[in-house]
Amino acid sequence: MGVKLLLDKANVPGIRTYEVYRREGGYRSVEKALKEMTTDAIVEEVKKSGLRGRGGAGFPTGMKWSFIAKPEGVPRHLVCNADESEPGTFKDRYLMEFLPHLLIEGLIVSSFALGSNDTYIYIRGEYAWITDILEQAIDEAKANGWLGKNILGTGFDCNIHVQRGAGAYICGEETALIESLEGNRGNPRIKPPFPAIQGVWMRPTVVNNVETLAAVVPIINMGGEEYAKIGVGKSTGTKLISACGNINKPGVYEIDMTITVEEFIYSDEYCGGIKDGKKLKACIPGGSSVPILPANLLLTTAKGEPRYMNYESLSDGGFATGSMLGSGGFIVLDEDQCIVKNTYTLARFYRHESCGQCSPCREGTGWMEKILQKIETGKGEMSDIDLLWDIQRKIEGNTICPLGDAAAWPVAAAIRHFRDEFEWHVNNPELSQTSNFGLQHYADPIHVPA
Amino acid sequence: MATTFNDIQMTEFKRLVARYPEGKQKSALLPALHLAQDSFGGWLSTETMDYIASLLTIEPIEVYEVATFYSMYNLKPVGKFVFEVCQTGPCMVSGSDNIIDYIKKTLDIKPGETTKDGMFTLKLVECLGACGYAPMMQVGKIYKEHLTKEKVDGIIAEYKAQAANN
Repeated sequence: MGVKLLLDKANVPGIRTYEVYRREGGYRSVEKALKEMTTDAIVEEVKKSGLRGRGGAGFPTGMKWSFIAKPEGVPRHLVCNADESEPGTFKDRYLMEFLPHLLIEGLIVSSFALGSNDTYIYIRGEYAWITDILEQAIDEAKANGWLGKNILGTGFDCNIHVQRGAGAYICGEETALIESLEGNRGNPRIKPPFPAIQGVWMRPTVVNNVETLAAVVPIINMGGEEYAKIGVGKSTGTKLISACGNINKPGVYEIDMTITVEEFIYSDEYCGGIKDGKKLKACIPGGSSVPILPANLLLTTAKGEPRYMNYESLSDGGFATGSMLGSGGFIVLDEDQCIVKNTYTLARFYRHESCGQCSPCREGTGWMEKILQKIETGKGEMSDIDLLWDIQRKIEGNTICPLGDAAAWPVAAAIRHFRDEFEWHVNNPELSQTSNFGLQHYADPIHVPA
Repeated sequence: MATTFNDIQMTEFKRLVARYPEGKQKSALLPALHLAQDSFGGWLSTETMDYIASLLTIEPIEVYEVATFYSMYNLKPVGKFVFEVCQTGPCMVSGSDNIIDYIKKTLDIKPGETTKDGMFTLKLVECLGACGYAPMMQVGKIYKEHLTKEKVDGIIAEYKAQAANN
């Protein structure tokens, strides 16, 4: 069993309620931070912990916090990004649904550190029932003196508000989220200015993911240095992985980032192997936008070394032979899955979610969807594959926000690693409608298929 | 249908607006539109949107541009129960195509359509964050997960019974 810092109490009966959460040691970090620490000391602990943003980008949290501007007389805001919408990712939902007070606790400490008196949780609109759970937890925290005016007699005031989105993946991008919080369309802003200088209502703002803010609780309780001892290299602490697709045990797992991908997929502690005794074909290890990897490159790096579940190892080899840890949305595909069809559904997703501001993304995502649909339905031509490659290349890096990259990478990786499957679709328009290309050369090199 | 909030709805509206700084009441637009959609028959008419604009003292166009951007707002009437079935990658690899086909056949409607009795609308949606519990659909506030054909039959029966009891 690996170390658990976030989900260790998830199975305690009644942990969702304030009484049980408090009895189990909850809100200790608020007492410690507000009574014994300065705001600078809290930021310093978070820096020492090596905590990296858990939403997908992996940017060092302490450094992000230290960027916040502090102009005299201008309120600052902490905004919790709970707009979890990346296909394959459902970890924040789990954390908020079962441990709402852990998030609230992390938010109070972080709000204190950043000087935010009004903190907002921007939650995706579809998580309507979780909004109710969070609002109840906030009411309980307030009734027990952890929120509101003059918390613990320290003079610090803080309120937390929950705002629901309304169905837009793009609002997970921090400047789009800020626009949405202001009551606008979710069109990302051009940076600079960065939110730390001019964010919501043009005030200095920090936007952090749910899991990131929850991780502040163990960091304050155990100290940044102790937290940094867990994990390896720049992948410190624990990470929530939401595993889905063709595995025996889909769900949310907390890992310390020293286990191998093989152990994560095949051990009974985690995914429990591939469903129905089938073989592993491919995996998207960090949410739908990160490059898909065939089994051989997933379990071992191009150098033949075991691949680990952490930031560095998953990106070993760059995009040529590696991928990314991303948001931890771990999507497993078995031997029966069609890469063309999977890529098509993801391209459709990104077309649907493009905000439409930048032409390369607005037009390009639509073209990619159409061409992929054409190939998937047996009407593709060989030149379509090169055309797809060309389009994705022209989207990447040419848009205001990373949605363009997120749409381009899955298509690029699918062609890079599975070009033979695309060609097979073009060459076998009828057969491809009724049967599957199968495993071929990229079969799992460890659990060798018979 | 009335397009003014009753007292309870107005209290909720005021609670939403109070969460934002003075003069930044437009920030309450998304939650206000959710409230309006829930209050006025499950969709947003032009009349409803104009009403929200007047309450927030913003231009109607500011409401239209937001209502048309976000996929959860219905801009035309929908059935009493809306089945929003996820069709994105992780659900697809877990068999959502079969579930969608089954719902289409059982309710005899295509995506975007409503049954003749006004009971059910079928919408195909993109990832709802239930990938580990796929295939799935959302009905109102509720997620229905690990869907099978049998489970779909049960869900349809459940809502028919619920409608009959009201």
